[in-house]
Amino acid sequence: MQRMINIALPKGRMGEKAYGVFEGIGYGCPSILENTRKLIFENEENGVRYFWVKPSDVAIYVERGVADVGIVGKDILLEQSSDVYELLDLGMGKCRMAVAGKKGGRIDTDRTLRVATKFPNIARKYFRKQSLEIEIIELHGSIEIAPILGMSDVIVDIVETGTTLLENDLEPWEDIVQISARFIANKASHKFLNAPIKHMYEKMNNVITKKS
Amino acid sequence: MTLPKMLLKKEEEVIFRLRAIFERFGYKKFKMSKFEEYDFYAENRNFLSSENILTFSGLDGKLLALKPDVTLSIIKNTKGNYKIPERVYYNENVYRVRKGTGEYKEIMQVGLEYIGEVDCYATLEVIRLAQKSMAIVSDDYIMDISHMGFVMGMIEELGLSNSQNEILLQGMSEKNTHSIQEFCEQYGVKEALKNALVEMASLYGSIVETLPKAKALCVNEKMKEALAEIEAVFSALKANGVSEHLNLDFSMVNGMDYYNGIIFQGFIHGVPSSILSGGRYDNLVHKLGKNSDAIGFAVYLDLLERYDNLQKEYDTDILLLYEDNTDTGALLKSVEMLTDNGQSVMVQKQNTGRVKYKQLWSMKERGLEIIAEND
Repeated sequence: MQRMINIALPKGRMGEKAYGVFEGIGYGCPSILENTRKLIFENEENGVRYFWVKPSDVAIYVERGVADVGIVGKDILLEQSSDVYELLDLGMGKCRMAVAGKKGGRIDTDRTLRVATKFPNIARKYFRKQSLEIEIIELHGSIEIAPILGMSDVIVDIVETGTTLLENDLEPWEDIVQISARFIANKASHKFLNAPIKHMYEKMNNVITKKS
Repeated sequence: MTLPKMLLKKEEEVIFRLRAIFERFGYKKFKMSKFEEYDFYAENRNFLSSENILTFSGLDGKLLALKPDVTLSIIKNTKGNYKIPERVYYNENVYRVRKGTGEYKEIMQVGLEYIGEVDCYATLEVIRLAQKSMAIVSDDYIMDISHMGFVMGMIEELGLSNSQNEILLQGMSEKNTHSIQEFCEQYGVKEALKNALVEMASLYGSIVETLPKAKALCVNEKMKEALAEIEAVFSALKANGVSEHLNLDFSMVNGMDYYNGIIFQGFIHGVPSSILSGGRYDNLVHKLGKNSDAIGFAVYLDLLERYDNLQKEYDTDILLLYEDNTDTGALLKSVEMLTDNGQSVMVQKQNTGRVKYKQLWSMKERGLEIIAEND
């Protein structure tokens, strides 16, 4: 019998939406909708096992092969430079990675730029390309207050609508990259479970091309 | 004396068997020192899989490095050339940072290099040895084959710069078809070439199935020659009935500066990344000033550590307890009798409860006695 496909989903809204896609193409697992604290759900009939994991951990589960495939934001893939196959852009959870600062301000190239961010690798790479000297201040939340309190000059963060920024008297200055949810696969799993993963990919691709 | 199999860890057993095979095919062992001058690695940094090199100063103040790689040293010292080939293999520790661990790790590597004129037979021999090496590790293996000439042949058609090519190759290595499409649109690549690139990145499967599809993608002689080389190797393997487990995968692209011909990677079921990697690297040999071609591969044994994920059930077959007044001569005699019988014995005064045993024995004046059994 074919081995089950292990799927890592990010906890939260994007993961639920992504599960909807899997369900729509025949990989449903009804027990997942029951409101429990369980993190692993199986449906033997459809040959799938889902894990709910922290969104920023999805790529790690897939890279290490305990999950064969997963749904993850491009921001995480860029930040962690994960060694996985990035098979599809699901086109959901769209937002962008941007440099933001105080309204009406601009980057002062005269001194070291202090950058507060949850994404140090993305920020470092972006500013290195511009040959700017920077100092990274790694934070884990409420990034927006760093420039207000004068701890940093700019922030590098995900911008969806820009309302949070605006409410904190900030605005996006430069866009770094467009972000959306991606369907990824472990490289070895993609080889050993090639037929079932390809089947899953094709069905998902059909849904997405139809939508766009 | 034959060693009982259970005594050898998977890695150790694999090393013994690999060495036996390499020797039989005429490869000579290459033993290298633990370190080289740092400059040597710094000059060839692109060839190394990780940026980090562990350095320290030698007695004369020269900066030395713990070797992150063996191939470079072999090529530097080789006497092989187009007329007289040299076959070497090695079994060495290298020091690298494995992704995600953030620390240097000692990695046991076994590999071989063929330095000389690499004709169809030499390529075939090395690929066959790679297959045999994989089979030693596990029957359930897959070996992916690609050809730098095929991939670069198509990429050169685009006429883009090196840094642009690198972005494209990154997309290829992720089978990231949407980023390849985006890239092509950004640089105005023709529709036909764009579709061919996407197809090339996604192509995966047995050689029989995928080779015709790959042929349809050829746009120049370089690509055709590359496929002809793969086909020649494949049909020779097939003629020997050993063409199973081989797949084509052109998304595997590493080191375009160094590799130039056939490249390959081996995977086993249960290990999430490749455990064998190799290919044709004439460019590196020429860069190091040698007049030769070369092909070779390495097996990363550290990845096998978790493969046989069985913790030993017992620390010892027999835990043998003795007392202060036990005759030690008789005790030793009993131990030898039991071990000669193939059992492992641990001798202690008390059962502290820390040792997991199959049987608990005791040695009293009356002689040996089984007290408890854990079966």
